Amino acid sequence: MTKTYTFYPGCSSEKKASAANLDISVQSMCHILDIRLNEIKDWNCCSASIGYAEGGELPRLALSARNLGLAQKQSHRKDVVATCAACWLALRETNDRLNEDAEIKAEMDEVLQAAHLTYDGSLRPRHLVEVLIEDIGWDTLKEKVKKPLTGLKIAGYVGCQTNRPFGVCGDSFENPTYLDKMIEICGATPVAFDKKVACCGGALAFSELEKVCGLIKDILQSAKDSGADLIVTPCPVCQLNVEVYQDKVNQMFGTRFKIPVVYYSQLFVAAWGGSWKQAALHQQIVPANVLKRFVR
Amino acid sequence: MAYDLSFAKDVYENAEEGHWIKMCMQCGVCAGSCPLGPHWEFSPRQLFQMIRAGKAEEVLKSESMWMCVSCYHCMVRCPRGLPITHIVHGLARFAVEKKRADKDQVTRRFAKILWENMERGGRIGEMALTTKLYMVNGIPDGVKKGMEMKDQAMSMLKSGRLKMDPLHLSRIRGHAGFKAMLKKAREIEQKKRES
Repeated sequence: MTKTYTFYPGCSSEKKASAANLDISVQSMCHILDIRLNEIKDWNCCSASIGYAEGGELPRLALSARNLGLAQKQSHRKDVVATCAACWLALRETNDRLNEDAEIKAEMDEVLQAAHLTYDGSLRPRHLVEVLIEDIGWDTLKEKVKKPLTGLKIAGYVGCQTNRPFGVCGDSFENPTYLDKMIEICGATPVAFDKKVACCGGALAFSELEKVCGLIKDILQSAKDSGADLIVTPCPVCQLNVEVYQDKVNQMFGTRFKIPVVYYSQLFVAAWGGSWKQAALHQQIVPANVLKRFVR
Repeated sequence: MAYDLSFAKDVYENAEEGHWIKMCMQCGVCAGSCPLGPHWEFSPRQLFQMIRAGKAEEVLKSESMWMCVSCYHCMVRCPRGLPITHIVHGLARFAVEKKRADKDQVTRRFAKILWENMERGGRIGEMALTTKLYMVNGIPDGVKKGMEMKDQAMSMLKSGRLKMDPLHLSRIRGHAGFKAMLKKAREIEQKKRES
């Protein structure tokens, strides 16, 4: 039976935006799993993890409150699913603040009124990874595998905001295991990867790359040292930073990294028998050629 | 000599999540967990103690808060459960409100450019955002920066992950309500600051 969720894609998952490959592969993945994602109509940006400085408290929280208010107005469903780490974090933080702080809640009622909206705090922001694990289940995820990625060594790079501060399904902050389990289910081998929860530099890769290039180098070096053929991640910022700046890292440190970085959703689509295009693998910057022998 | 507690009180009452600073026991786990360690002058722990000691100018003018990459390592590791990442964000915002934040600090400027890009249409336009950020120090410097990053930009364009949209003119349908909402939120915050 089709499972339906309210969906908040966020700016990077828009058509031709930086995580277009995430969105396309997520849609393919959900199609195979018979999940329907109903996009919140007319959603706005959450201002990500840098909105605090110019927005301040109430305007910043209002961004996510508007999205939750729209979700509540447009559907009776309680779950709002996000695929972007920062979008998910912003929705959850806002929802928690509204439920825990009566003063903020009262102010937000007044703020939302200006946009002709209300929100009572009762929705449940969830990450798509949680939906896969809790609602679909490991067994089903495994049953779908048609092209096991046998022999591939993969570094599961969980990163920051899909892991901290909220965590996925109660998994550990220091050594989460769900991504390694996903790699295993796809038939590949998760390597011991000591930068699993390290930071890629986040928004500072945009504004002050020279300060965070070393962090990206350490992640790539650790993946290489662990013998990984590719890196897999759930986060659009991790994916972008670790993939697009590899040439810069190579220039800066005299290294020769050329490691593909793909999303968990791309890996699942590949292992479940989807096409190169359905997995959006044609949209990689460092080509994921190691997947070619498995994908049509 | 007695400490002047007026700055600490101001932070506790008026910076977002600032009241938590009272709970800090100066263990330094936040400092040891921060990936930007080599780049800040003061760790969160030091900032918190400086606030208690009344060092207003040193704290507010510091670049340290702007080094936060929002990785939340400090927050999940704090043995007292302080929301350190959010406190540091709150201090950065507090410095902006007090007009002490260094206007030339690049990440501070990036935060402003991103907010304006987002508010103009309700969503981010990545090309307009990048162009504006690269041009922050004028056109010649922007062209230089653009040339440095041209391989990255070309690879994004070629892979279909960067939209040719330098002007970013699109608007969400409810944009008028969206603007009214943000205006209202700012009014409420302003009123609170004045009272």
